Amino acid sequence: MISTQIQLASYLFASILFILSLGGLSSQTSAKRGVLYGIVGMIIAILSTILGQGVSGHIYIILAIAIASVIGLSLARKVEMTSMPQLVAILHSFVGLAAVLVGFGSYLDPKTQALTGVEHSIHLVEIFIGVFIGAITFTGSVVAWGKLEGRIRSKPLIYPGRHMVNILLVLVCVVLAVLFTMASGTTGMIYLLIMTAIAFFIGVMMVMAIGGADMPVVVSMLNSYSGWAAAAAGFMLGNDLLIVTGALVGSSGAILSIIMCEAMNRSFFSVIFGGFGATPTGPAKAVDGEVTAMDHSEVADLLEAAQSVAIVPGYGMAVAKAQFPVKDMVENLQAKGKLVRFGIHPVAGRLPGHMNVLLAEANLPYDIVLEMEEINEDLEQTDLVLVIGANDIVNPGALDDENSPIYGMPVLEVWNAKDVIVMKRSMATGYAGVQNPLFFKDNTNMLYGDAKDSVSKINALLN
Amino acid sequence: MKVGIPTELSEQECRVGATPKTLKRLMKQGFEVYIQNGAGSRANFQDSQYQAAGATMVSSSEELYRLCDIILKVQAVQEEEIDLMHKGQVVLSYLNPAQNLPLLEKLAEKGVNAIAMDAIPRISRAQKMDVLSSMANIAGYRAVIEGANHFGRFLNGQITAAGKVNPAIVLVIGAGVAGLAAIGTARSLGAIVRAFDTRMEVAEQIESMGASFLTVNIEEDGSTDSGYSKVMSKAFIEAEMALFKEQAKEVDIIITTAQIPGREAPKLILDYHVAAMKPGSVIVDLAASSGGNCTLSKQGEVIQSDNGVTILGKLDQLPTQASQLYGNNLCHLLDDMGKAENFKIDMDDAVVSRAMVTHDGKVKWPPEPLPVSPQKKQVKPKQAPESPKVNEEEIGRKKGRKTALSLAIIGGLLFLVSLFAPGEFMQHLTVFVLSVFIGWQVIWNVSHSLHTPLMAVTNAISGIIIIGGLLQTTNDISNPVTILAFIAILVASINIVGGFVVTHRMLKMFRK
Repeated sequence: MISTQIQLASYLFASILFILSLGGLSSQTSAKRGVLYGIVGMIIAILSTILGQGVSGHIYIILAIAIASVIGLSLARKVEMTSMPQLVAILHSFVGLAAVLVGFGSYLDPKTQALTGVEHSIHLVEIFIGVFIGAITFTGSVVAWGKLEGRIRSKPLIYPGRHMVNILLVLVCVVLAVLFTMASGTTGMIYLLIMTAIAFFIGVMMVMAIGGADMPVVVSMLNSYSGWAAAAAGFMLGNDLLIVTGALVGSSGAILSIIMCEAMNRSFFSVIFGGFGATPTGPAKAVDGEVTAMDHSEVADLLEAAQSVAIVPGYGMAVAKAQFPVKDMVENLQAKGKLVRFGIHPVAGRLPGHMNVLLAEANLPYDIVLEMEEINEDLEQTDLVLVIGANDIVNPGALDDENSPIYGMPVLEVWNAKDVIVMKRSMATGYAGVQNPLFFKDNTNMLYGDAKDSVSKINALLN
Repeated sequence: MKVGIPTELSEQECRVGATPKTLKRLMKQGFEVYIQNGAGSRANFQDSQYQAAGATMVSSSEELYRLCDIILKVQAVQEEEIDLMHKGQVVLSYLNPAQNLPLLEKLAEKGVNAIAMDAIPRISRAQKMDVLSSMANIAGYRAVIEGANHFGRFLNGQITAAGKVNPAIVLVIGAGVAGLAAIGTARSLGAIVRAFDTRMEVAEQIESMGASFLTVNIEEDGSTDSGYSKVMSKAFIEAEMALFKEQAKEVDIIITTAQIPGREAPKLILDYHVAAMKPGSVIVDLAASSGGNCTLSKQGEVIQSDNGVTILGKLDQLPTQASQLYGNNLCHLLDDMGKAENFKIDMDDAVVSRAMVTHDGKVKWPPEPLPVSPQKKQVKPKQAPESPKVNEEEIGRKKGRKTALSLAIIGGLLFLVSLFAPGEFMQHLTVFVLSVFIGWQVIWNVSHSLHTPLMAVTNAISGIIIIGGLLQTTNDISNPVTILAFIAILVASINIVGGFVVTHRMLKMFRK
């Protein structure tokens, strides 16, 4: 048993460690230290809680943590870097679920029932909000996971009047909240249950309405929600550590969402409320020109001839797990004295920073991996750009076609390079569903097929 | 259209305007090609080869000039050749227009449309016809080969049974096309290569070729819009000289390529630099024809300095290769001008109008300057200095008003809350709001590439909700609260363990 003062001091210390942990991620060199801070903070927080006053049932606690550790470890060890988005999404759902459970637990807790007057009402409101956010996070994350995993169609599900329905549902929840706070004892349980069901539904519909290309925004938004859910739980339990941590995570997710939205030149609300914000005002510019295809040996010849090569990866590289052959290719080209660099669009992939993780997995040094702004100027002097499984992020229409749905989104201006090779499975459009005029440019050539397969074949020809 | 290739008059000129290969290209473009007997002999091309490729042989230059509409030459035409030309004839050759105004006037007087191949602007589109680049490439290669030839040691380092050989150190001054080609060649022979250039922007190109970039500690960039470097300040030149002095003691071969169009080449290697070099060292002066970068070099000669340094003022032209590349450049230009069928002198074309130094009886030199594309300098638009400032102030004021308004609203709300809420709630609210601000400040610093690890970490940290479960468990497992808490602890722990482990896994992969 440790005293409450010591427990509070430990919580404060843990909060500091969590802040340092997030701060540590500002650079690669300090990132590992950051994770260590987080782990230490977490251990201190859990131990000081378990050892604190008023905690019983240690055996169950230890049992639950032991089971979870085994599950968590095997999940994290086994997951492939390409399916990182799915893992992140499903982990978010756990936080949501935990928030819901803690909320219900808190309601049933005799300590809650002992409260009276304003304190009682406020506590009930806290529980209500906590469960509401937790429930949305839970089902939203599960649907996001399903979409990323390919179990649910990634096409946005939009029905007419859905905004009205959503507003109505939220209003119903407000009414339920009033009824809930007025109910005495645990008789309000029924309202809480109905609200939870509604929140589950809202969570599902919210993510169902969002298309595949917007997934990075959704995942970071759910990340934010999971934080707010934890903060709400902190309010209901009167626990500052939960509040601090929840607020940190919540604002982190919010910032990531904003960054992602800026990268796509879309307002946060238009993404969240489904589909594309601005509807095109006229027909998209007609694309003229011809699409020319190349075979592997021609691409290999171009690579041999180029002095500087830029590689622009997209989700296609992740799907095909092409990062390893790409790495071989890069080493091969570097050995021939060529300048090889990567250009990463902020929304490439399905998760913020997705491409960086994949390239790091393949052991590519991060100093040749450049951000969009860093490489865009240099593309003009680049001999050859290899676009591997990316589409919308290299669409020139975003800059010059006002009717394009993605008009105004910053893109990698690969067409300024001398030659461009686009590796793609077919001529299908990207997630935004728009035709890409890049494919029709004179200096663009297509190489059809699975990215991993294509890159491996080119590697064989390069030797 | 008939294209003619005469024999070069100058005995020293070994190149020729077309090779059997480029001749085939010309014929594909629809031209009839006439070649003077023996035109290619100094470049190792036999008349029979030309004939086999489809050319018509002509015995005298008089006949050739009379027959043909377009003449492809290497050296500038001489007066006796101008006499043979006729009005409207097009001639493509080196002309060195800046130094050859009298010649241009004569050509104009005769009504000849002359294209100076050395005046092709150095923009991306015209790279394929840029003879200065293609010839400089050869010169750079040749400079290393001939320098190595006069150098009494290996270029590469070796460890052999007979002892260790240190690699030679080559210093390349001026990293234009010739300089870069020299770097590449010297590198591939195994030498250690250093390179100097006044233009900061080429540092990357130098390093990409495998040489180390030398620089002086003075902030001054020699880049210009023309793609050549400008004349530098006195302080810079002094620092440069000191640097060369240091280098001269160490390096074995110096290759100088610094030329400024229309001027004498800058003197970079002075007597005392040569004196500082080790005996047996070599200087290859690619600027010898325009006065030389080395004070001691003599055009067309190979000399020895007093301390045994060999200074090369001449290079073999590599005529077979050079003719091939030069011929290709000519083909590309003719291709751009519409081939045989639509051949036309388009004075609106940025390339043709600048290379066309005489047209319709008039001298068109000097042309308007055209900035080269690769080194785009951002020329800041000169705005009226007052207006943007006013705007900024106004925007600032508007922003200020907006912030003040939202702050007032927030303050009001907080006041309202404080009327009803118990003290404990206010404390928690304080903690909450301050944490949001901290999070906001901290997260903006996170680097782009670490966004996925950031999510995984925040994911693990948000598992802190486990504390809720911990506080709710009791010893009675049949109690519904305990069951709920048990599940909550379970899922939250999965999150904590999974999140941290996966972050660690990801971060382990990032390497420099």
